[in-house]
Amino acid sequence: MNQRKWRYLLPVVLIALAALSGCSIDQRLNALDPSGSAGEIQLDLINWSIMLMLGVFAIVITIYIYVLIRYRKRKGIERMPEQVHGNTKLEVIWTVIPIIALIVLAFPTVKYTFDLDEKPQGDDVIKVKVIGYQYWWEFQYPDLGITTAQELVIPVNKKVSLELEGKDVLHSFWVPNLGGKTDVVPGRINHMWLDAKKPGEYQGKCAELCGPGHSLMDFKVYAKEQADFDKWVASMKQPPKQAVSEIDKKGEALYKQNCMGCHAGATPQVPGPELNNFALRETIAGMLPNTEANLKKWIKHTEDLKPGTRMPKINYLQEDELDALTHYLMNRKSKTEK
Amino acid sequence: MESQAETATEHLESSTLEGKNKILGFWLFLAAETVLFACLIGTYLALRGQNMGGPTTQDLFDLGLVAVATGLLLTSSLTSVFAVNALNQKKQKGVQFWLGVTVLLGLAFLILEIYEFVHYTSMGHTFVSSAFGSSFYTLVGTHGAHVTFGLFWITGLIIQVARRGITKETAPKVFVSTLYWHFIDVVWVFIFTLVYLLGKVG
Amino acid sequence: MGTLIIVTVALLFLTAILTGGYNQRFLDQVKNSVVWDYITTVDHKKIGILYFISGLVFFVIGGIEALLIRIQLVAPGNDFLIGDAYNQVLTMHGTTMIFLAAMPLIFGLMNVVVPLQIGARDVAFPFLNALGYWLFSFGGILLNLSWFFGGAPDAGWTSYTSLALNEFSPGPGVDYYVLGLQITGIGTLMSAVNFAVTIINMRAPGMTFLRMPMFTWTTLVTSALLLFAMPALTVGLLLLMFDRLFGANFFDHAMGGSHVIWQHLFWIFGHPEVYIVIMPAFGIMSEVISTFSKKRLFGYNSMVFAVALIGFLGFMVWVHHMYTVGLGPVSNSVFAIATMTIAVPTGIKVFNWLFTMWGGELDFKTPMLFAVGFIPTFVMGGMTGVMVALPPADFQYQDTYFVVAHFHYTMVGGTVIGLFAGAYYWWPKMFGRKLDERLGKWHFWPFIIGFHLTFFPQHFLGLFGMPRRVFTYNDVPILQTLNIISTIGVIGMTIGTLAFMYNIIQSFRRKADAPADPWNGRTLEWAIPSPPPAYNFKQLPLIRAYDQFWISKQTGKEIEPSEPLGEIHMPSPTYLPFLMSLAMFISGFGFITRGYEMGALGLILFFIVMFIRSYEHDPGYHIQPDELTGVEKEAKA
Repeated sequence: MNQRKWRYLLPVVLIALAALSGCSIDQRLNALDPSGSAGEIQLDLINWSIMLMLGVFAIVITIYIYVLIRYRKRKGIERMPEQVHGNTKLEVIWTVIPIIALIVLAFPTVKYTFDLDEKPQGDDVIKVKVIGYQYWWEFQYPDLGITTAQELVIPVNKKVSLELEGKDVLHSFWVPNLGGKTDVVPGRINHMWLDAKKPGEYQGKCAELCGPGHSLMDFKVYAKEQADFDKWVASMKQPPKQAVSEIDKKGEALYKQNCMGCHAGATPQVPGPELNNFALRETIAGMLPNTEANLKKWIKHTEDLKPGTRMPKINYLQEDELDALTHYLMNRKSKTEK
Repeated sequence: MESQAETATEHLESSTLEGKNKILGFWLFLAAETVLFACLIGTYLALRGQNMGGPTTQDLFDLGLVAVATGLLLTSSLTSVFAVNALNQKKQKGVQFWLGVTVLLGLAFLILEIYEFVHYTSMGHTFVSSAFGSSFYTLVGTHGAHVTFGLFWITGLIIQVARRGITKETAPKVFVSTLYWHFIDVVWVFIFTLVYLLGKVG
Repeated sequence: MGTLIIVTVALLFLTAILTGGYNQRFLDQVKNSVVWDYITTVDHKKIGILYFISGLVFFVIGGIEALLIRIQLVAPGNDFLIGDAYNQVLTMHGTTMIFLAAMPLIFGLMNVVVPLQIGARDVAFPFLNALGYWLFSFGGILLNLSWFFGGAPDAGWTSYTSLALNEFSPGPGVDYYVLGLQITGIGTLMSAVNFAVTIINMRAPGMTFLRMPMFTWTTLVTSALLLFAMPALTVGLLLLMFDRLFGANFFDHAMGGSHVIWQHLFWIFGHPEVYIVIMPAFGIMSEVISTFSKKRLFGYNSMVFAVALIGFLGFMVWVHHMYTVGLGPVSNSVFAIATMTIAVPTGIKVFNWLFTMWGGELDFKTPMLFAVGFIPTFVMGGMTGVMVALPPADFQYQDTYFVVAHFHYTMVGGTVIGLFAGAYYWWPKMFGRKLDERLGKWHFWPFIIGFHLTFFPQHFLGLFGMPRRVFTYNDVPILQTLNIISTIGVIGMTIGTLAFMYNIIQSFRRKADAPADPWNGRTLEWAIPSPPPAYNFKQLPLIRAYDQFWISKQTGKEIEPSEPLGEIHMPSPTYLPFLMSLAMFISGFGFITRGYEMGALGLILFFIVMFIRSYEHDPGYHIQPDELTGVEKEAKA
């Protein structure tokens, strides 16, 4: 255990150094301070390799500095160095020792490679299907019958088995704090697993160049206590409220006219995130805080905010129409259900 | 160099440094070509099942026709060996004759291939119909393009030999072109096995 | 197409007006000009210079692109260069630096140095050599024309499908990438064949393989790598071209295609390519360190073995670029172990360099300064190389700034610094002028400090959640600070590069008075005048040992000639390589603009010129012995 702690020293020191220089690290995005088992496995290997490599570097740099100082040309002294051919003993040493070091490193590498590839089994495994689109993420819970976008909600301390599928171009699913990435490849189904050891908000990123909007293809992972998770599932399953007020009815009509085609699957060639549970989300388009003002901004300026997004700018609505539409979207589920 | 050329009558093609360079360079080029065809064959093998509802390899391939084509190409390889023999014996007419036969056999092969392609296209197996179609036509077509280039090349050499005779400049050219021809032949053997036989049987 | 013709005709008229009409005198004037000399040259030294200068030009272009990237990333949410424009710049930065800067700079040095090091009068195929250069050159120009006609490629230098397909990259950008690289690639393959044959067939009598200088060895291994790696790229680009231009379905998953095939083909080429650009730097290091330590290269045999082994292993590790594609744990483990193995021969090389310096007399002239800067920098790149080789850890590093830092440590800290060392080392041999030592220090120090400032923080950017190829990042103090440091570092590298450019310009203002052997060298190129005469060696030398030139200097005996003084056969200059490459360029431009007739026409033109060349009876010309001694006397006077 002691040794284990020692191996965690390095990232701690690095983070401390960073903190000293007046920077705080976004803990939602830090691969060196994982909150999930997959991330811990990866960090363990990162630490192993850094230690080993720093050892090698120390040896090299020591010889290097010594040589540079000791054997530099000095003024006024002409010296003819001995023309050595080599030294078999030395050469064998620096061939064999690295081989041994690499064999040592190879064992945990192979073991962890297989560990990370395991498909978690059992009843309490949450299955999620992840689909990457330009430039948003869809998350389907086949066992729970829920579909959501941009925000993956999981219970803490439970393995989540992810099935990743691509539809248009390559993407890569990455939540630095919980674990490494897996590519989303159209025409292939990939697997990975994650878990979160403490509740909280973790940030996810697309890590494979997927077009102009690649930089903004962010998503969030919310780890909730089991009870909160169950509550979330229940509210997700509830059908959206009927539009009763005048403004909501107007909004509904506008929604049907302008949004449903893509957002409710009427035109499958242009898929958009489903919006039934829009009010339950923290963000719009995975990047803006979910407020009515931001929603209006997004609807009017889609492409300016996220280059290359497939949602056209809806800038032809009257001010009151836009009000009705956003009011409708923001109130299809009551926020308190969160 | 001059004196070397006089003593080494047996292998005129490698009697000069230029000749030697040409031959070694060409071998290296063929190594690169091998990788090229290996990549194409690999791509084909990966995609050959993706016929997207179109005809499969079993539906398409007619081994009889392909066997005839293979026979033609193998024979042409043999005749190109005869051409090199004639070259070593400095028989100019022999070189021209055997190269001519090689070209004719190659041409016959090419015609069969074109017929084959036209036939497949009429069955709905085209370059754009599926990934299988794309990879098939690209692989076999690249080989066909090599054959075509070889035909022009060897025809050109026949003319050159007729004009200049067998010299220490033309000899390496003829030798290298037959190397190329053998290579095309070997590639075809792989295509025959991995595309046609495997497609029919496997 | 129509505009093109009009522009061409207009240009022709303009030329006619400016030159006083097309007449015999004008033709003579053209034929005697330096430009015509270089367009038609088949002299390996001149072609080397062409390669080197073009490489420098593209290095500056790629550097400007890098500068734009760093300006954009100086603050989160910056809108200096975003979206598609940013992707174009990052794609062109990578593509330019690898294919149009690193490769020609390497080929430049190889062309000038290798025939001299092996005691040869020329390369095996002078015509092919020129053709290789012009194809590269026209391919590079074609690729960069994208900026002006329709937009640059924007799918990354790896051009992964399906992003690179028509559906997701509709403009001509990726077509420029495909055809530009295809044309340079053909040229590269020719050069590889040329170098390999030159080294195998044309070594001076007595120079066995184990007496060859290290740079020649790395050139041989590099050529072999190119020979086996380039065709994979050729096929990949061909398939991508078919998909984009002719509706094929190789990479369209809806029609049964597979994206993974592109990645395999690309990296079967791409990984050896990494070694292709670093190996020659290893060779330069070995030459420079041994020369400026006044010592024989330590463990020469094991160095040769290590280079060959790295080359060989370089072909079995390509999947380590694809750990996250989901090929399964077995494949990932196998390729991880293969990749780690490469650390062993690389380590051998580093220790051999250190022990070459051990006990030597280190003279820190500029080439040595760069060589000494290379070692720790490259070792760091190698260390992170082992780290990214481990699949579980790589799941975190992959496609983040950690990887960006890693490969810039090997590519800039390795290749570029190595090339700078080589440039200062061989400049006197190439141009007969030395580069200035003081400016050399102005080049070295800002560059190396700037380099580490730029790329060291990027390791942490990756670990703190910044993917690569993004134009913005989360507004977090740490990411901001590290990015600012990174951008500040670029200033250092810019100052260094400017000092280098200034140094080059200054060197051409001085008299060409460099001695034959300015550094107390060890290899054959230092035995002949700087710059060498067209025929290199009056008499081919007879080699009896490794470092023959050094040994003969020590023993005070001249290198024995292996042949009596006689007439020397030289190939005649020819404009056909230029014409063939121009034809390829026209063809490429035709296909890009979907002018298929023009595309076909260019190809036909190419083959016609090829056949013309085959029929052309080119006896070359001979330099007589009395001319040789005359030259020699002139040089002495």
